[in-house]
Amino acid sequence: MESLEYLMHGFGVALQPMNLLWAFIGSALGTAIGVLPGIGPALTIALLLPVTVSIGPTSAFIMFAGVFYGAMYGGSTTSILINTPGEAGSMMTALEGNRMARRGRGAAALATAAIGSFVAGTLATFALTFVAPFVAELAFVFKPADYFALIVLAFCSVAVVMGNSRTRGLISLFLGLGMGVIGIDNMTGQPRLTFGQAELLNGVELTVVLVSLFAIGEILFVVSRYDPGKEAPLVVSGKWMTKQDFSRSWRPWLRGTAIGFPMGTLPGGGSEIPTMLSYTLERKLSKHPEEFGHGAIEGVAGPEAANNAAAAGVLVPLLTLGLPTSATAAVLLAAFQNYGLQPGPNLFTSNADLVWGLIASLYIGNIMLLVLNLPLIGMWVKLLSVPKPQLYAGILIFALIGIWGVSGSEFDLMVMVLVGVAGYVMRVYDFPIAPVLIGLILGPMAEYQLRTALTAAQGNPATLIETPISITFLTVAALVFIVPMLVKRLRQRG
Amino acid sequence: MFLKTFLTAGTVVASIGTMAAADVSVMLPANPGGGWDGTGRQAFAAMNEAGIYTEGVNFTNTGGAGGTIGLAEFQNSQSDKPDALAVFGAITVGSIMLNSSPIDLSTYTPIARLTAEHLVIAVDAKSEIQTLQELVDAMKADPGAVPVGGGSAGGVDHIALALLAQSAGVPVADVNYIPQASGAETVTGIVNGTLKAGISGISEFQQFQDQGRIRILGLTAAERRPGLDVPTFKEAGYDVEIANWRGILGAPGMPAENAAEWIARFDQLNESEQWKKVLETQGWDAFYLSGPPFGEFIAAENTRIGTVLKDAGLVQ
Repeated sequence: MESLEYLMHGFGVALQPMNLLWAFIGSALGTAIGVLPGIGPALTIALLLPVTVSIGPTSAFIMFAGVFYGAMYGGSTTSILINTPGEAGSMMTALEGNRMARRGRGAAALATAAIGSFVAGTLATFALTFVAPFVAELAFVFKPADYFALIVLAFCSVAVVMGNSRTRGLISLFLGLGMGVIGIDNMTGQPRLTFGQAELLNGVELTVVLVSLFAIGEILFVVSRYDPGKEAPLVVSGKWMTKQDFSRSWRPWLRGTAIGFPMGTLPGGGSEIPTMLSYTLERKLSKHPEEFGHGAIEGVAGPEAANNAAAAGVLVPLLTLGLPTSATAAVLLAAFQNYGLQPGPNLFTSNADLVWGLIASLYIGNIMLLVLNLPLIGMWVKLLSVPKPQLYAGILIFALIGIWGVSGSEFDLMVMVLVGVAGYVMRVYDFPIAPVLIGLILGPMAEYQLRTALTAAQGNPATLIETPISITFLTVAALVFIVPMLVKRLRQRG
Repeated sequence: MFLKTFLTAGTVVASIGTMAAADVSVMLPANPGGGWDGTGRQAFAAMNEAGIYTEGVNFTNTGGAGGTIGLAEFQNSQSDKPDALAVFGAITVGSIMLNSSPIDLSTYTPIARLTAEHLVIAVDAKSEIQTLQELVDAMKADPGAVPVGGGSAGGVDHIALALLAQSAGVPVADVNYIPQASGAETVTGIVNGTLKAGISGISEFQQFQDQGRIRILGLTAAERRPGLDVPTFKEAGYDVEIANWRGILGAPGMPAENAAEWIARFDQLNESEQWKKVLETQGWDAFYLSGPPFGEFIAAENTRIGTVLKDAGLVQ
């Protein structure tokens, strides 16, 4: 157990008081930016880069690790409390988490998110410590056709968030797919559906749509139906998780980790696909499927764990191969290069202090985040007892500032208003919102992988079913999506 | 009443803001953390350290579309201003044509070209292709069967491959170039066989050659590079030389004396120890050229890249 020895040495580094302080600063900062919609860890670390000139690499990376993990913890808070996911990875959390909060179970939702994040973060860090070199090779195995099959499987999560009407659900999905097409076409460099607007060349910013559809649409809807005489104060149960909550949460935590970690290590993986898959899986496996859509705790526990495990997964190819697989990882790589370091197999031996100190600080940061976040839950849920007019006005300003703070673009604010109004209309006419975002997130990914696969194979569609991985994913997708429909049809006939 | 007071207060604050902005404002038309962002920030940090320019610097990051979004904003808000600069690079030239952007680089004030990264082309370490010649022969035989990955369509990687094809007599429009979302995906694509070859900056590929995963076949520089035992395209018989350069532009209509002042400052920066240190830690190659000769260089790149993009069928 060579790794274990190194890890113990790493703890020696990470437990130095100064490094503990940096880990704490990073964790607190990460939680804060996670709570703010729009600002993600990539941007934060990029803005912190110049500051690090004055501190040593080990301390800097310990702080960055705190920011990185902390953002994943904080992201769930706004999703659950005010239905405003700040980044794509916490979108699925908002679906069930906010319903729970509205039923007065916000504390339980926040607790299962925080503990799930802790469990997933720790297990994934454990995997990072001991199996990283093997898992890293996955990155080289996955071909475009495999990614495409994986995305097809993720599209099945649309089926479970369709709502009452399949037609409305499909309309929502295609709205999202349509928005995903806007911008420069990656393959040819030509602008699509930009109508001569330079701001649209980069496509529609996902966070803007996410925040507008969820928060702005929701606020407009609540306001339009607000009757001050009728407002019943929300009964907030201050109680954290009950025994039953625990027994319903621990399996989703583990499953979420198992899905999230390997997908985080893939260059085309990210945190969105695992959260979607985890949500679908929990919904299929749940003993209380009727609760989904009304606040099922499994629907929070699974995706939150998947989200955090994917974040840890990103570090695997970065540290072992020097391969950045996400925006945050690319910024971290830039940080390494600022110090004249090249991540890769040699880093583990040439800079053992740094690497193992960083890994050890991930364990410590996780504990720190749990300790930091659990007491905050009591404070957060009090937010829900704020009277609706003040609360919703506050959320509106908060969301606008979040988006303005990231881009400083008037155009984005206009998009926000437009999409927000569209979100309101969709709510009034009972169109589900999640399929729009699933379309917007997965559409461009699917297009890119499909076109890469086909172009590389000179247009031969057989390439899509040439590898065992793609066949497996496509088969599972067919089972998840088509079989229930067939069964339903057959039953109706019989 | 309240609103009016609020608005007046806002106007006052805004005008104070403008007055305070007598410092230089620098447009970084990329997201924080990337190469252009680093070039701009590090250059001014070194200038400050060396005492060449110690006043305040206001950076604005507006990323996307090869810098054309940021430059369009820069042009609208900063034209004719005395102290407004923007970072840009080789990618911008092609992006302007591809997106039919209203930006005309010849109206800007050329200040200085700072750095460059040359490109390399690589195949899988286990590939039967051993030399650049063999790769080009395979492309000649059946261009479609040789998918090559790299950065965005019409970017420097794409242009380099097109120039290589052109000098070898392969029809540029037949080249099977597949833009990849990131350098990471180009590398994994080469290794898992999706791509026959990949083209990218040296820094993105060299470590994977060191790890024994890929084999670098050629370099787009004029001369071989110390520490990298790879022939140049020219040595292999293809007259292609191209770099992913980065530089600084002044706003369109910048007064001549301000332009001269900034050119002098960058000339000084180029000589400074502080800048040399930055180049070394970042692994950037100096590629310095300033003032009107830089303007001529931009014009030449414009012509060359425009022709290639037309041949590739990306621009009418």
